[in-house]
Amino acid sequence: MLKRQYLPVVVTVSLFVMMFALGSFRYTGFLSTQVFLNLLIDNAFLLIVAVGMTFVIISGGIDLSVGSVIALTTMVSATLIQNGWSPAVVIPLVLIMGASFGWVMGAIIHYFKIQPFIVTLAGMFLARGLCSVINIYTITIDNAFYVRMAQTKVGLPGNNVISISVLIAVSVVLIGIYLAHYTRFGRNTYAIGGNEQSALLMGLPVARTKILVYAFSGLCSALAGVVFTFYMLSGYGLHAMGMELDAIAAVVIGGTLLTGGVGYVAGTVFGVLIQGVIQTIISFEGTLSTWWTKIVIGLLLFLFIVLQRLLSTRRSMNH
Amino acid sequence: MLKHHLFWPLTVLFALLLFNFLYSPDFFSIQIRDGHLYGSLIDILYYGTPLILVSLGMTLVIATKGIDLSVGSVMAISGTMACLIISKGDNQSLLSLVLIAVGVSLVLALILGLWNGLLVSVIGIQPIIATLILMVAGRGIAQLIADGQIITLSSTTYKYIGSGALLMLPFSIFITLAVLIIASMLTRKTALGLFIESVGGNPTASRLAGIRARAVMLAVYMFCGLCAGIAGLIVTSNVSSADGNNAGLWYELDAILAVVIGGTSLNGGRFYLTGTLIGALIIQTLTTTIYMVGVSPETTLVVKAFVVLIVCLIQSESFRKTFSQLWASRKYRTGEEVKRHA
Repeated sequence: MLKRQYLPVVVTVSLFVMMFALGSFRYTGFLSTQVFLNLLIDNAFLLIVAVGMTFVIISGGIDLSVGSVIALTTMVSATLIQNGWSPAVVIPLVLIMGASFGWVMGAIIHYFKIQPFIVTLAGMFLARGLCSVINIYTITIDNAFYVRMAQTKVGLPGNNVISISVLIAVSVVLIGIYLAHYTRFGRNTYAIGGNEQSALLMGLPVARTKILVYAFSGLCSALAGVVFTFYMLSGYGLHAMGMELDAIAAVVIGGTLLTGGVGYVAGTVFGVLIQGVIQTIISFEGTLSTWWTKIVIGLLLFLFIVLQRLLSTRRSMNH
Repeated sequence: MLKHHLFWPLTVLFALLLFNFLYSPDFFSIQIRDGHLYGSLIDILYYGTPLILVSLGMTLVIATKGIDLSVGSVMAISGTMACLIISKGDNQSLLSLVLIAVGVSLVLALILGLWNGLLVSVIGIQPIIATLILMVAGRGIAQLIADGQIITLSSTTYKYIGSGALLMLPFSIFITLAVLIIASMLTRKTALGLFIESVGGNPTASRLAGIRARAVMLAVYMFCGLCAGIAGLIVTSNVSSADGNNAGLWYELDAILAVVIGGTSLNGGRFYLTGTLIGALIIQTLTTTIYMVGVSPETTLVVKAFVVLIVCLIQSESFRKTFSQLWASRKYRTGEEVKRHA
């Protein structure tokens, strides 16, 4: 018998399979491993951000700053690289920057008991603003390492290729699954999301876990920023506009409860893939315009939130 | 006087204005040109009207412990709808055509507000998430209405809404003033304001006390939608064109900021419409100041980030406690020192 907590994930996975099947029936050349791999290639950065966001939402919070942290990362990397810094220095530096950004937000959220929504909103303003303080124009990167990272294709059996970004994204997903289900940090995150008061009374390190969750999300955003820099080969203050919404949508469609405490990193992967499939179908269709993506994602968000709502009311009635 | 809820917002506003005055002494000069008043102060009011309107709606939503992230998208939808209807007419300046367009888009804005309200009050979804749906989908809907184009108009009648003049002042100021007066009358002279505050304080308790919490929430979200709709009309009429992608972009954030600066707590249960008005004026003055000083306009975001953070920290109970404890312990220690020496 299927456990009820898996239901949203099962719905997500079947929806993805259905959409992919629909695309395959309708368009020639859709049903191929490469089309599937392209979903990963084009959404590698979204996948990385969404893994961090999953942890934040499971802990019962939200992080609106991820898109602008990506932009800030591309901006800082591009500026430093063009000033002759070595990527070996720049990449660790931006990762530390992202993690500390999240750490500070987490500390403010926890110690001063301000809603995560408003603190990360301020973080979002701050990071976007800092981008424009650094430079208001696009900075193109021509560093050999970055160009190589952008162009290298990793061959897979069957004449398929993926980019290095996909390898990074897949490892982040695996690390995310490991963290969520096989470590104390993961279990503490679920416990806090379920009921913070109880977690505190049980003697779990609420403060440390909560702050770490935001630091992890900041780290993921910075890593996504690095991957985004590989993808775009430029730094720009308006990169990744609205990415926070895509990430939240992916997490919700992936079956994570917005009230916290329930959710799977694997579900989030399918949330990202569904968004990718929608975009691919729209580009295969040709006559449909891109704004349909937004409307369909909005609809899916609505359906999944109502589904979550129904599940949680039935659960509370059982008690 | 220090305790009054308008003290800090007003101080900040005056400080900003004073800075402007010191920076350029003719900041306060108002001239009459072609029968209109011109000057930086009028400009702040004029460019601030959409934000003030959106923030007024947002204040009531936040007072019920909710939030409306979709206002920017609602602005885009209503503005695009009005422009679309007018652009279909043969004579774009025909008054009846413009009135129909305005009417249809405002009704549309009300329906969008109703949608948010239903999700929050009847289905019981958290407000942030419920309005997130329309925020994401709304921009798509606006582009769908306009078929992805930027609609440009040549209607002088429609342009009057955003840039016409009445009694030497921009017409949009009067619209905003009317909404402000109606909202304050309804909330302060009738029991409605009390109902809103009680729903924000504790929805279950207010339902048990006989208040129709659902109806109050529906009304509040509809009002917020309506305000955003009017703001969308002003914004699109101002430039005589509608861009579904960019009209009303970032307004939700500025509006929340204005409400918070105005002293309304995000925890609901209390609201100050005048505070919000001043909050919105502070944001507009800040933007004007930054333009005047000649820093790149995006830098406003950094300043805004710190303003939000500081205001929230001041509102935060535990932050104040930490500080008063620091203060108290220091006082205690000096007292001890004195005792020991004496």
